[in-house]
Amino acid sequence: MDIKSLNKISDYIWEIPPEGDMRVPGRIFASEGLVEELDDNVVKQIKNVACLPGIQEASIAMPDAHWGYGFPIGGVGAFDPKEDGIISMGGIGFDISCGVRTMRTGMTRKDIQPHLEKLADRLFAVVPAGLGSEGKIRLNQQQIDEVLLKGAQWAVSKGYGIKDDLMYIEEGGVMDGADPSHVSSTAKERQFREVGTLGSGNHYLEIQYVAEIYDEQIAGVLGLYKDDVVVSVHCGSRALGHQIGTDYLKTLAEASRKYNIAIHERELVCAPIDSPEGRRYFSAVCAGINCALANRQVISHLVREAFSDVIPKARISILYDVSHNTCKVEEHLVGKKMKRLFIHRKGATRAFGPGRKEIPEEYRSVGQPVLIGGTMGTCSYILAGTESGMTQAFGSACHGAGRALSRTQAKKKWRGDVLLRDLAAKGIIVRAHSYSGAAEEAPGAYKDVTAVVDATHKAGLAKKVAMVRPMACIKG
Amino acid sequence: MEWDWDGESMKAYETFEHRADIGVRGYGRRVEEAFENGARAMFSVMAEINDVKPQDSEEVSCEAPDMDYLFVEWLNNLLSISHLSGKIFSSFKVEIKDNKLRGKAWGEKIDASRHKLMTEVKAATYSMLKVSKEDDVYVAQCVVDV
Repeated sequence: MDIKSLNKISDYIWEIPPEGDMRVPGRIFASEGLVEELDDNVVKQIKNVACLPGIQEASIAMPDAHWGYGFPIGGVGAFDPKEDGIISMGGIGFDISCGVRTMRTGMTRKDIQPHLEKLADRLFAVVPAGLGSEGKIRLNQQQIDEVLLKGAQWAVSKGYGIKDDLMYIEEGGVMDGADPSHVSSTAKERQFREVGTLGSGNHYLEIQYVAEIYDEQIAGVLGLYKDDVVVSVHCGSRALGHQIGTDYLKTLAEASRKYNIAIHERELVCAPIDSPEGRRYFSAVCAGINCALANRQVISHLVREAFSDVIPKARISILYDVSHNTCKVEEHLVGKKMKRLFIHRKGATRAFGPGRKEIPEEYRSVGQPVLIGGTMGTCSYILAGTESGMTQAFGSACHGAGRALSRTQAKKKWRGDVLLRDLAAKGIIVRAHSYSGAAEEAPGAYKDVTAVVDATHKAGLAKKVAMVRPMACIKG
Repeated sequence: MEWDWDGESMKAYETFEHRADIGVRGYGRRVEEAFENGARAMFSVMAEINDVKPQDSEEVSCEAPDMDYLFVEWLNNLLSISHLSGKIFSSFKVEIKDNKLRGKAWGEKIDASRHKLMTEVKAATYSMLKVSKEDDVYVAQCVVDV
């Protein structure tokens, strides 16, 4: 895009001045290089979000922003219910509470390496992934309601994990405000056999080792040391979340008409937060978040089982669990006033700075861990939230690399089997259910995650703590 | 994929580029046919549908305020039926009257050992959604979230 149309605030902050119906400016966090690569559609989407009722401060885009549905992916918007603020489908997406969980293993790279192949096979066998896969857990309507009310707490109460796990999950593993009666029976039924499944697309389960430490003090607080092996899982609320999205797309389309809300893109369908439709949708989103938290908790249990089969002395403990497709009620300072706002993060991670009560006590002094997934051939990052991220972006950071090539282009450029062989030659074991799915996820199809993370760090949204590299990757 | 229509070879469905996801597009001489082919395009993202035998059928009925929304409804109904029945579909029949759709989908149970499976589709979206008539050919398209 044409960088001259933006006001440069600093080397990493750019502003789109308000024009037309925009209620607030647009604010892009990115390096000059990343801004130049930005799709014009993203700028249009940032402007469209800035026009929504009740938006506070700015319509925000993270360094990994790309063209999404209504909101850009990598978009953040804060809305005040007292100023006719809205809740929008576009700011949450279809995969409600998609996110990343990272677990320590208590093992080093040297410990794991001899068992890596066996471990990858075992994980591939026990964690259901890919189209048409089913989990081992079978639920009925009543049981699914419990999942939707209690999230990861439900999973732990059924023996999938231990109580301590819950402390290291956002919201303590359970989101308040969920109402299963606002989730359709179709959505619930679609989840009967889906709990504990990984899915496909860009979702993965990865064994990684800590390759670099950037901040030893924070890394020490998080219990991370060079060459430690961790396991990360990236997935969301599965079919239940997708169906909530599909169901409420219609409800919110009607609500936008009913309440006469001017939207500039169909995907921005929304309802006032303080309306029956808005309240229903929010309670369904909370239920969707609980579904995702339960899902990642059950997968963690499967990871524990696989490790105990192969390396019995491994001790899996949760480092943290973040969601990057959410709407949450949070308190933020706007001007000099503390406000209760509905923060939409679509493809953006919460990154609270030190001291916030939402951060587990053990980590509170260093800020919230921020888990950024890269691609299967490159690396991922662990960051920590900052005070300046709180004031500049409602405590938010990037969520991943963001695609550079479309899936179609990627499939033309790479063959799944060849790609997997090349990665194996680099020492990265990939087990995938679909070769064409793997080709779509080729590392070269993504933007450089390092550039995105560096911009996040330099913009002050979150602080780099560690970089991890893949050893083995399980794909749908 | 191409079909022979009245001696004229013409594309029946295709997928199109989108940065993060993928677009699906169906063509037809009637709007119903464009809907049917749009569904084929969507299932072609999920699997090699030429290998899917049209042996079992499922019924779909839905309605929407206009044809654009009806196309998304049709696709999303198919996704949830496909998921609940564990089937993948390859052949479709649609009737539309007053923005109400009655349709049928034929396919078979997903069998990872026999079918070439690709990517799950999370939902059909309003992005690049359009049902239109161009030079006597109906086109139905939207982006699907994968």
